[in-house]
Amino acid sequence: MSAQTDPAGLPGDREGVTQSAPKGATEGVVTGAATAVVKERPDDGLSAPPRKERNGGGRGEGGVLNVFSHGVLVIWGLLVTMPLLWAVVSSFKDDAEIFGSPWGLPSVLHFDNWARAWDKANMGQYFLNSLIVVGGSLIGTMLLGSMAAYVLARFDFPGNRFLYFLFVGGMGFPVILALVPLFFVMKNMTLLDTYHGLILVYIAYSLPFTVFFLSGFFRTLPTSVAEAALIDGASHTRTFFQVMLPMARPGLISVGIFNFLGQWNQYLLPTVLNVGDPNKKMLTQGLVALAVSQGYKGDWSGLFAGLTIAMLPVLAAYIIFQRQVVAGLTAGALK
Amino acid sequence: MQHGKYRFIAGFLVIPLAIYAIFVISPFVQAIYYSFTDWTGLSPDMKMVGFDNYARLFQDDVFWAAVGNSVTLLLLLPVVTLSLGLFFAFMLNVGGRRRKKAVIGGVRGSSAYKILYFFPQVLSVPIVALLFQFAYNPESGALNAFFKAIGLDNVQPDWLGDPGIALWCVMGAMVWANVGFYVVLFSAGMSSIPKDFYEAALLDGANRFNTFFRITLPLLWDTVQTGWIYMGILALDVSAFAFVQIMSVGPGGPDYATEVLPLYVYQKTFRDGQAGYATSIGVSLLIVTLIFSAIVMRLGRRERLEF
Repeated sequence: MSAQTDPAGLPGDREGVTQSAPKGATEGVVTGAATAVVKERPDDGLSAPPRKERNGGGRGEGGVLNVFSHGVLVIWGLLVTMPLLWAVVSSFKDDAEIFGSPWGLPSVLHFDNWARAWDKANMGQYFLNSLIVVGGSLIGTMLLGSMAAYVLARFDFPGNRFLYFLFVGGMGFPVILALVPLFFVMKNMTLLDTYHGLILVYIAYSLPFTVFFLSGFFRTLPTSVAEAALIDGASHTRTFFQVMLPMARPGLISVGIFNFLGQWNQYLLPTVLNVGDPNKKMLTQGLVALAVSQGYKGDWSGLFAGLTIAMLPVLAAYIIFQRQVVAGLTAGALK
Repeated sequence: MQHGKYRFIAGFLVIPLAIYAIFVISPFVQAIYYSFTDWTGLSPDMKMVGFDNYARLFQDDVFWAAVGNSVTLLLLLPVVTLSLGLFFAFMLNVGGRRRKKAVIGGVRGSSAYKILYFFPQVLSVPIVALLFQFAYNPESGALNAFFKAIGLDNVQPDWLGDPGIALWCVMGAMVWANVGFYVVLFSAGMSSIPKDFYEAALLDGANRFNTFFRITLPLLWDTVQTGWIYMGILALDVSAFAFVQIMSVGPGGPDYATEVLPLYVYQKTFRDGQAGYATSIGVSLLIVTLIFSAIVMRLGRRERLEF
């Protein structure tokens, strides 16, 4: 910080200290952030001397704001991570420790909780069920969704607009209303409590967003490449699979991630349509069933292990594919 | 060629359309029909009862409790979640120290914050709901243990067991699960606003809080509006059902303090065997949803700003 701006900068800085003091007293981390910021000051000051003269007062404001913003950002960061960490830590404790000292660290790492949750509480089986159903439904959603979207986006035919809005309209309706009759539709078709039944329903309820998103995407692709392929004698079908789909890859990846997470985390549909056979539960259902039954048995450590087993793979996958996941999930809202 | 084109169109549309019609469209249409019958859902017999189900809604106290709670969620959840999302996104993008020539700057490590904040978004509702259920547990939950640890021994709320605060507890979990998504979403929107706008405003003597309301918010309005509709549907439908069904006592309790419309539809159908009546509750939910979307669309009607 250069000498001539000190007088202007100081009052603002004082304000910063007094304002953040009460917070700093309760939250050690905030104080940490504040000191870190103060230390950074000198070289920041050196890099932009002319500007500061003019904006002396404003600069002080920036400093206060910076301390404040790091403070609130760290607090929310803690609020997000604490429950997750707490679950992971609790999954290594025994029941007495969970009840006795909810915030303490485990004295011994009880890996047996994990083994118990995986085998005895059937988490392994539920994991597999989810993989089978979501594997099938994801492939189906992407294939059928992109076919419908392509036709609706690139071809003129009577009823095109009507069909488009029929698909897209499904995004805004309360699913629960359809579920009552859907249960009986599935029952009559003997699709209740089957993998293929769930796959079909997952596909059906993923189509509105998939068609909406992909038809928007297909419309932005240049027409010339497809035309060239057609002139060269490729059929429409071949043009779609060999020319258009590869061109639409970024869009397919986005919507694929969106659908994968949506279907993997699906809870309402299996809760209504997949209740007959306890061995066929999806992971989300299994977790809730586990919570209910362990509540009676008092096996809380097993339950925390089950939660952690369900939580960690998704978090790990998110961290690895972070950029794509964020792009995929926010794609719909940014369009 | 023309003939081939129509065959191709039909071939590509028939399977997706059939699946969609059987599992989505037809149930919706049937639901509206069933809402005029006395169908139990247990046997195929039913007869038309006209508007009896709808008349019955007016005398049903549980239904009105559910409407009240659903509307509370609908009004508060989007406002709280989006405000927090905007606030944190603004802090990430504008809260940084001024460096080099830039008038405004993001805080250090803003991408790390964003990665962290997004965590809850990838977790399923059951995971989040169960985590919070444990945290709220009055005897061994993390919250009451925390209060004890900092000396507040007599502040030991019953959380989900207390009718006065149970709905707020559920809402807390829903806010927690969704804020991160909007931080990331709004942050992306904010970083695409040209820096010159801020520069000009700050030179003219605006402070940063002014710049938020005069520059950031108007330019982000489209995204905020989309987010508002998403959060509203989430507060009314599937997500509210899952959170309440997993977390609350009963579920829907204590004393219907957390009963919401989708849960009541589910209970009336699969617990009480009153499928016809349940669908009329579902139709009311549909009406609330449509009114809400119409209001948000209407409020948001303003000139689109290109930049």
